[in-house]
Amino acid sequence: MTTVLYLIAGVIAAAAVLIVLLRLITGPTLIDRLIASDVMLTTLILVIGAEMVISGHTRSIPLMVVLAATAILGSVAVARFITRAGGDQSGPIAGEDDDARR
Amino acid sequence: MLDAEPWSGILDLIAAALLIVAALLTLAAAIGLVRFPDPLSRLHAATKPQILGLILVVIALALSARSGTVLLLLVPVVVFQLLTAPISAHMVGRAGYRNGDFDPDSLIVDELAPDVDAAPGAELPGGSWTDERDAVDRSDDEARPSKGPSAGS
Repeated sequence: MTTVLYLIAGVIAAAAVLIVLLRLITGPTLIDRLIASDVMLTTLILVIGAEMVISGHTRSIPLMVVLAATAILGSVAVARFITRAGGDQSGPIAGEDDDARR
Repeated sequence: MLDAEPWSGILDLIAAALLIVAALLTLAAAIGLVRFPDPLSRLHAATKPQILGLILVVIALALSARSGTVLLLLVPVVVFQLLTAPISAHMVGRAGYRNGDFDPDSLIVDELAPDVDAAPGAELPGGSWTDERDAVDRSDDEARPSKGPSAGS
């Protein structure tokens, strides 16, 4: 019974990651890709926790702590980079500088 | 900790159900990422599994491990995520607003636009590296008044 539930959860998570990967590849702007990679990292943390529940061990908890604490670094660094480099050259229609933030 | 046999089976079932709910939240975020029209809406969808999903998985882990030490180790995971998720969401949302990656007509209230228009250099108290960029931003808005981030006001 629990095995079936674990299998369902795994299939749902795999489908979610594939859909997020679609957005990560096709996302029109850099911010879309940033959000998609953020969701993917969150899913990674969740899957690590789920794997511990399924296999019945607790060895990966330090990994979860480190990932939860450092997940912010990438988003904030890239967000600042986007704001500094792209904010001054792009409105909704950005003309020739459009490629700089895609 | 719990040595009664029937309880352990029930707790494992609850843990598996929590895992499924967390996976469903992740799926909802993924669908929102694909279906929503602009980055700021997608940011809203993306934050669902970040807190609630993680808390559900942590509860499932605590139910399946059933040990006080594990519970103590799991608290910092949730605390770190609660501390850092709003900051990164704020920074990403700010970058999205600054780049104008949204539809101004979809906003009901745009409280940031009057501030940016009225005091371009004072968005951050004490100003810093934002000063020069804000000056450029303002000229940008004046050049394209109908399309700038302030058009929703």
